[in-house]
Amino acid sequence: MLSKIVRTVANQLIVFILIFGLYVIAHGHLTPGGGFQGGAVIVSGVVMLLVAFSSKELKKSLRERVLTILESTGALIFAALAFAGIGTAFFYNLLVDTPIFGRIPPTGPGPGDFWTGGVVPLMNFAVGLKVVAGLSAVVLAMALFSSGEEVEE
Amino acid sequence: MRRVVGLILWLVLVAFLVWGALLIHPFGYPPSDMDDYMIENAQEETGNNNVVASVVFDYRGFDTLGEATILFTAVTGVLLLLRTLKRGEGDS
Repeated sequence: MLSKIVRTVANQLIVFILIFGLYVIAHGHLTPGGGFQGGAVIVSGVVMLLVAFSSKELKKSLRERVLTILESTGALIFAALAFAGIGTAFFYNLLVDTPIFGRIPPTGPGPGDFWTGGVVPLMNFAVGLKVVAGLSAVVLAMALFSSGEEVEE
Repeated sequence: MRRVVGLILWLVLVAFLVWGALLIHPFGYPPSDMDDYMIENAQEETGNNNVVASVVFDYRGFDTLGEATILFTAVTGVLLLLRTLKRGEGDS
């Protein structure tokens, strides 16, 4: 556990890191970024908490069992969305031109509309959940193991 | 002797990399028509303003599935390895 200054700053900063990561994940179909990148941003916030507080302290709020379940859920959602379009082809974008995320933007450069993209935004969320949970579990397990704590499941 | 072999291997590697760098397409001349097709049709077909996202999650979705599998395998392996080591120490 580091000094009180570091802990306070990390406490304030984690909010903005989480917001930025969620922004990168949610706007993956409009701006550069996506599930993998936004998830890595959020996990960097988790690593910052891990450095500022000890892994023992972080273990109270982040449980590896829950994290692995979340990761598997993300993977399942991703695979299910891929299989949803199997009537036409594997990974067919079946939500285009439907009420859910179905608007089609005009061809050419433009600011973009959030309610577009078909299954791509949903896949971004699934992959983001997967990356956040998976990498957090790995980092937390390594930190707990190197500090001699018990790694549960 | 080992130093000579290492030097030869290093020279072969450098020659291979330089050869590969010389074979790259000239800047601004794409090697296929696929990218033009994607740039022109991605917004109509997938509704994405971000063409990269449409390639990653729609046109080349199978590749992304492989990436997700790699991540899943890595996480599973790390957790399994660390947990087993702790249990083995506790038992003995």
